[in-house]
Amino acid sequence: MLNSDRKVYVYPDDNGRFGEFGGSFVPETLMNAIEELKEAYARIAEDESFQREYLRLLREYAGRPTSLYCAERLSEAWGNKAVIYLKREDLNHTGAHKINNALGQALLAKKMGKQNIIAETGAGQHGVASATVAARFGLSCKVFMGEEDVRRQSLNVFRMKLLGAEVIPVRSGSQTLKDATNEAIRYWVSHVDDCHYIIGSVVGPHPYPQMVRDFQRIIGDETKRQIMEKENRLPDTIIACVGGGSNAMGMFYPFLADDQVRLVGVEAAGKGLDTSEHAATITKGKKGVLHGMMTYVLQDEQGQIQEAHSISAGLDYPGVGPEHAYLAAANRVEYASATDAAALNALQDLCQTEGILPAIESAHALAEAKKRAHIAEAGELIVVCLSGRGDKDVQTIEQTLSHPHA
Amino acid sequence: MAFGQDNPSGSRESTCGTKTRQSVEDAFQEKKRQGKPAFIPFITGGYPTYADSIDIALALQDAGASILEVGFPYSDPLADGPVIQASSQAALANGMTFSKGLELVRSMRQAGLTIPLIIFCYYNPIFQFGLDLFAKKAREVGANGVLIPDLPHEEADHVRRACRQNDLVYISLVAPTSKERIRRIVSQAEGFIYCISSLGVTGVRENLSAQLDDFLKRIRRHTDKPLAVGFGVSKREHVEQLSSMADGIIIGSALINLITERRALFGDGKTKQQALLEIKTFVQGLFSNANS
Repeated sequence: MLNSDRKVYVYPDDNGRFGEFGGSFVPETLMNAIEELKEAYARIAEDESFQREYLRLLREYAGRPTSLYCAERLSEAWGNKAVIYLKREDLNHTGAHKINNALGQALLAKKMGKQNIIAETGAGQHGVASATVAARFGLSCKVFMGEEDVRRQSLNVFRMKLLGAEVIPVRSGSQTLKDATNEAIRYWVSHVDDCHYIIGSVVGPHPYPQMVRDFQRIIGDETKRQIMEKENRLPDTIIACVGGGSNAMGMFYPFLADDQVRLVGVEAAGKGLDTSEHAATITKGKKGVLHGMMTYVLQDEQGQIQEAHSISAGLDYPGVGPEHAYLAAANRVEYASATDAAALNALQDLCQTEGILPAIESAHALAEAKKRAHIAEAGELIVVCLSGRGDKDVQTIEQTLSHPHA
Repeated sequence: MAFGQDNPSGSRESTCGTKTRQSVEDAFQEKKRQGKPAFIPFITGGYPTYADSIDIALALQDAGASILEVGFPYSDPLADGPVIQASSQAALANGMTFSKGLELVRSMRQAGLTIPLIIFCYYNPIFQFGLDLFAKKAREVGANGVLIPDLPHEEADHVRRACRQNDLVYISLVAPTSKERIRRIVSQAEGFIYCISSLGVTGVRENLSAQLDDFLKRIRRHTDKPLAVGFGVSKREHVEQLSSMADGIIIGSALINLITERRALFGDGKTKQQALLEIKTFVQGLFSNANS
């Protein structure tokens, strides 16, 4: 189906649908705000001065373009056949791709006259990015974070506070990212008049999945230009990790019409797909509604949402962006998964061959690249989206490697 | 006179000593004749336990409830505040499921609940069960209507159709922020219109919005369906204030609060009767001056 319409890929449609996925499943109180946001976003998407301002901030504040780096020693270590390129989103200000979206949405909030922003966060990366842009634009910022995550990520909590944000611990449900998102939506329902909710991934009700994708497509746009400059051809395979899926969507989107480019999303398999402790939503989930969108969801037989598990807090989410759900159903993108162990193994390889410490999230994409590199043909070009740096994960890595069976 | 003590036969016909079930429409008609707003309590199904929620439903009927809303517990209740969230989590931890929710409605009917019953449930469990099958089962077990708090008008066509085919009313919600959406929403409304009193999630509020009267008038311009107000109604003064404006008053969190406070009493047969009596006294107290 996608093959025939890919050249004119126009998703989402007017109802915010990507095929049968997406839409807006939120309480009536929010519908007006969502319509307003849709209109405001449609205006700024066409507005050249907004786009100029956004690109200037990406360049001068966030440090873009990020480099596309040829990892020669890693390629050699992984079979010496494939040529592995890393898209270095870890070099961005605040250490991950999250800043691309946070900057765009803060600028939009400012245009909409909203002085307060809220955000949800799991590990704290999106919370830090939101707190950062709030400081930059003089907006007040509240970050909702599960109490469990507040405990696990105390340094990031402090960092957000240092940036002037208020961190609100969420005690409902499983006290992790899913519940922080619920609580942020509840807060938004109560303060919809003067508050903009910066969702951190390509999830949530329309227009968020589209908007966040558009703010992240800079990753794929730059990659395309850079690989053409270096290799004078498109890559054979592009690999990115998928939790909600914003770095992957931003990377894949500009390549969707390029049939020859294999696109691979990597979900977190946690302790294994045959256990209940994973976050492989597309691989193991069922179609359902979560956080305002129709998508694949980890849930029980009777539609109660289940908790996800991953060593990486950023992938620890029981839903996935609706556009990924669509691209999986349409067979345009392949979705694989990597276990905690495989991710950590690939992470160490990168550290030791290239001197780059990736985020554990990004290490899931590396694990898949490692698998493919070993069976690649000579000269195959593989691009891995290195979505963030791993400084935030040092403690987790240390604990896991020193107590492998804990 | 206390709210529940003047319950004339009205349209609630008696046949062979057992009351037949009333429709949502009739329930509002009856209250209109009495010049009083309909009292619509919300309870969490399976809270504190499956059996307790049947007794609570009957106590509320005795106390003069016109319509009962039964919430099916859900893991991610986006529109609910802490009180109802906690009751849902407790019910789920107790083994409550979606199928047991349907079973609970049947049990309430068998135990003698004759007032109209509305199932309040988030969309995902209904979607997993199957929209058409759900409507059919809901009718079969004795529900009169369905309310889905996270399903906006635009996404509701299929459910609305399934409800209509099964003689269930699909209850529409209107919020203070609905603005131009009001006309579209109420044009398809059935039963009554659930008017959300103010921004925010369910939960007790100190004061009701001063703009409530204008909000309800704006809705009335587009419909002659009964208007029921919910979210934040918790005090006698709120009920008095609403009596002149609304056709129905929905009480949820305040009631769940009371049930939670008396939760320990439900463990024992004798003290349970005391808890049920307190619930009755509470709602009758709320509505004792409710004349429009």
